[in-house]
Amino acid sequence: MAAGDFLSDIELISPSEFVKKKIQSVQAYSLLAFHSLLNLFRSPLYIADMTQQADMIGFGSLPIVLAAVFFTGAAVALNSATTLSRFGATSVIGQLVSISIVRELGPVLAGLVVAGRNSSGMASELGSMIVTEQIDAMRALGTDPLKKLVTPRVLATIIMMFFLTILGDLLGLTGGSVVASLLLHMDAHAYWSSAWQTLEFSDVFMGLVKPLVFGFIIATIGCYYGLSTKGGTQGVGRATTEAVVAAMILIIVVDVFVTRFLMVLLGS
Amino acid sequence: MSAPTLPLETPATATRDPALDAIVFRDVHMAFENNMVLDGISFCLQRGETKALFGVAGSGKSTILKLALGLLKPDSGAIYALGQEVSAMREEELFALRRKLGIVFQESALFDSLTVHDNVAYRLMEERNVPADELEHKVREVLRFVELEHTLDMLPAELSGGMRRRVAIARAIIDEPEVLLYDSPTGGLDPVTSNTIIELIVKQRDVFKTSSLLVTHRLQDAFTMATHRFDRHTNQMQALPPGGKTEVPMSFLLLRDGKIIFDGDLHALAHSTDEYIREYIS
Repeated sequence: MAAGDFLSDIELISPSEFVKKKIQSVQAYSLLAFHSLLNLFRSPLYIADMTQQADMIGFGSLPIVLAAVFFTGAAVALNSATTLSRFGATSVIGQLVSISIVRELGPVLAGLVVAGRNSSGMASELGSMIVTEQIDAMRALGTDPLKKLVTPRVLATIIMMFFLTILGDLLGLTGGSVVASLLLHMDAHAYWSSAWQTLEFSDVFMGLVKPLVFGFIIATIGCYYGLSTKGGTQGVGRATTEAVVAAMILIIVVDVFVTRFLMVLLGS
Repeated sequence: MSAPTLPLETPATATRDPALDAIVFRDVHMAFENNMVLDGISFCLQRGETKALFGVAGSGKSTILKLALGLLKPDSGAIYALGQEVSAMREEELFALRRKLGIVFQESALFDSLTVHDNVAYRLMEERNVPADELEHKVREVLRFVELEHTLDMLPAELSGGMRRRVAIARAIIDEPEVLLYDSPTGGLDPVTSNTIIELIVKQRDVFKTSSLLVTHRLQDAFTMATHRFDRHTNQMQALPPGGKTEVPMSFLLLRDGKIIFDGDLHALAHSTDEYIREYIS
């Protein structure tokens, strides 16, 4: 195949067209995100759908979130022990694990895991409904897809992320405790006391606000990519992958800004 | 050679009050990514009339149905459904109007995670003010109409293509809509199953006299509808005598290159002298 043939098959988009499409995407996403929250104050509310989603998102993601944060807590304890032992300060491992997990690693890891599992699920489910005209059928039958499909998912993910993060934090601290007790021969009571006492209101507040924001991102991104699907089954696959990537990147980027914002707000 | 077109605004659409008709299109233009699909479409579907819409693949037939329902917005022009200007209404305003319109999608578009019962009852369940026993009665009644009462608890994946199409018809008619839109109801089906679907549509037409817009690429389906009637005594479709007409007025619309090149009855279609039309129906 000649280089000329290959080049002629590439579809070139003008820079202005590219920017226009990106701006339109951001606009469409913003409108979807706005309406997903606005619909909480408009009837009908699909409580049964929300409960079903909470079950799938919350209980479905529980094992993987707990495992991820548990082993991360253990890894943090193990890595920090190596450094702290040089200064004879291994007794602060509990504090270090506690602050790391509660403020940052717990919410972010839970967010990334739930994004990988649920953003993709939402995108593929809604994308399949788009390509099989089920969304059009829903609109034709007088049901608003945003109220029926998006708002329940957004609310369920926000609520479940909150509780998943709390449980994940507990398991993360437990992972650190296991390492501290078994490998570093640290007294468990001392570990847990220092881990608990070092936490301040700002740490806990930060660690519980982030999952709410991440839950919103996960659900809105998943639903946006699903409802924007084009191009049949190949489009569904593409939407699924793009939803996971976008959600994960957005969580990591937003984490920095949320952390800074809360630090300024709380004066810490 | 460009397609011959009808006058831009026929007397039926130009000055007539849109509230008198079921569906009215006035000079509608629609393009998808620089491809002009509908180029000045004007027609009306009268109340109680059945109109068959033909055209080659990609001629904009399904687009017309989606525009009529407000699922798409035209680039220009006006569309009226039951006297209300669909093209100017917001999505929230359209939900109430859509309850008076029914549509059967090309691939049925059944909700694959719901049973046949829940699919058919969907609209009534969403309304939330229908008593359970009345809902049950209506579901069974329409499923009996399409002869699928035994499939209540089945999922769409367990049904054949023809059965899914019939369930889709049941879902569309349960709330007794004033207008029915059919998007290639026999598309992808074998001749025997297609005939079953057409018989059902003829039954719906002759029993309930609902205004209908039928999109199809199969001429024989529309010709069957124009030359047959539903006999309530024998519960079967029967051929009309030669020269006989259906109880419900039936007309034909032919699209080409985004324009309407024919809008008339079976007699006018069969005696058309236009070269393209004669080749199309031959």
